[in-house]
Amino acid sequence: MLKQLNQETFLQGLFRKVPPLILISIAWLVFIIITAIFHKQLMPMDYRTTDLLNRIAPPAFMGGDSKFLLGSDALGRDTLSRLIRSIYTSLTIAFIGSIITAVLGTIVGFIAAHFKGIVDEILMTLVDFQYAMPFMIMALLVLAFFGNNIVLFILLLGIQGWMRFARLARGMALSAQEDGYAVAVKQLGATPFRIYLRHIFPNVSNIIIVQFTLNFPEKIIVETSLSFIGLGIQPPETSLGSMMSYGRNYLMGEWWLAVIPGIVIFLTTLAMSLVGDWVRDNLDPTVVK
Amino acid sequence: MNITYFLTKFARALITMLLVVTFVFVVLRITGDPAQTILPEDTTEEERQEFREMWDLDKPLHVQYLRYWKNLFHGSMGKSYRDKREVSQIMAERLPKTVYLMSLSILLSVIIAIPLGVKAALNRNTFIDRLSMSTAVFGFSMPNFFLGILLILLFSVKLKLLPSSGSDTWKHIILPLITSSVAHIGSYSRFTRSTMLSVMNKPYIRTATATGLSRNSVIYGHALPNAAIPIVTIVGTSIGRIISGSIVIETVFAWPGVGRLLVTSVGSRDMAVVQAIVLFLSISIVTANLAVDILYGFLDPRIRTRKGGK
Repeated sequence: MLKQLNQETFLQGLFRKVPPLILISIAWLVFIIITAIFHKQLMPMDYRTTDLLNRIAPPAFMGGDSKFLLGSDALGRDTLSRLIRSIYTSLTIAFIGSIITAVLGTIVGFIAAHFKGIVDEILMTLVDFQYAMPFMIMALLVLAFFGNNIVLFILLLGIQGWMRFARLARGMALSAQEDGYAVAVKQLGATPFRIYLRHIFPNVSNIIIVQFTLNFPEKIIVETSLSFIGLGIQPPETSLGSMMSYGRNYLMGEWWLAVIPGIVIFLTTLAMSLVGDWVRDNLDPTVVK
Repeated sequence: MNITYFLTKFARALITMLLVVTFVFVVLRITGDPAQTILPEDTTEEERQEFREMWDLDKPLHVQYLRYWKNLFHGSMGKSYRDKREVSQIMAERLPKTVYLMSLSILLSVIIAIPLGVKAALNRNTFIDRLSMSTAVFGFSMPNFFLGILLILLFSVKLKLLPSSGSDTWKHIILPLITSSVAHIGSYSRFTRSTMLSVMNKPYIRTATATGLSRNSVIYGHALPNAAIPIVTIVGTSIGRIISGSIVIETVFAWPGVGRLLVTSVGSRDMAVVQAIVLFLSISIVTANLAVDILYGFLDPRIRTRKGGK
């Protein structure tokens, strides 16, 4: 019954009144997500194929031919194919990273709320520590010592922003513990695991979803920044950030090599933050309008 | 004067620093023998042995840990792999450049953002309000490296007005300064706006207006001082973000500061330098946060005098 009620308010919130800017943003996000999912089918050629006869071809809108719609780079690789592949890489990594962050943060928050006392103190000190220590610096330290590989890189991104989930989940769980339903199922003999997973989590999931939509664009910016400075995704793999890093060497003539992936990053994070803000205003009961 | 408040804050800062230093220590140990990782590849075995003795690497872990602290206090953090110099010496060269860029950036952001935020709050739904809100959204979504590249394309490549890299003249700082300030102007002004809005709704503002004070003295004499406290906090706590941002911005504009040094050192796995920079940056951030907390205490008499202090 309670779950039913929750879903209704969720859908109501979603379909209430959607401003045009939000609609455009959602359309762009759908477009980007479809591109990422069907990247294999959409790439005109392999993103690693070099074509030394067609190096630095201009894009079609700059008078290039239709073989390379968005031109090619100094090794003759097709920019459009690389862009599609990069969208796939950047989006997938940001998505997996955000899920890790949400799960990790929520679990830490619940543990702190459940055990209270010294466990709570220790975990909250860690949260404070993470707030004080910029993720970027931590990431660079770890990358310096462990070298770079894709699994480590994703796990590392999974740490970015966990403390915000932890703080939220802890606060929500603490207040939920006092609520009638949690007390009731506890007295019925439910295990703590069951209480948190089946009863408290569904009731705080809205807030977690909102935080997720706010964390996701941050993840994209962090991933592309690290790849841009050459410490994220490594060749031959490509991300939107590493494409820009490559294009930076050709600003004098072939500016589009850096600008095209840049526009994609900007529009995607912009659309996500607009949608995220809008979702928060409509879903989060703590936001007073 | 509530001493507990300051002591609590101070203790928190100390604990955080302790955690940072320990974190670096742990990362260094679990990746293997520091005598192998931190020293250049062409170091002789004797030099490695000397290094092991200096850092007590053959002793039990707790001895190593204490020794590690002692060395830090003496400022000895090893030598750079690339130019064989003391890390502290390299830091002394690079640091002023970063401090110069960052402090100007904070100053510029505050000077622009606070009046913009106040204006926006007092003129809701006007052009200036929308401008400040759009800047905030723009600054949040625009990756600073992309903004930097667009500025280089416009001012260096197209108009040929400003240099795109280096730090020799005053012209060199303009583009990195704009790039690093835009995001902060956005977030500070948005925050100033929302704080001003909530302060303006407080009963004491109504009272001040009712006593017949002019609008200006209500705003600048009563509202702004009350809004100042959260604004100071947000500026202080954004130091961490500014430092993270400077890592990327220094790379875009080839600005010879600590941030760029960190990136190149991570790339070439120059561990001694990385370790020193990470420790230095984290400690600056913790100190900045502590300074904000203390300033906060001075600005808000309620915190100073509250019993127990939290």
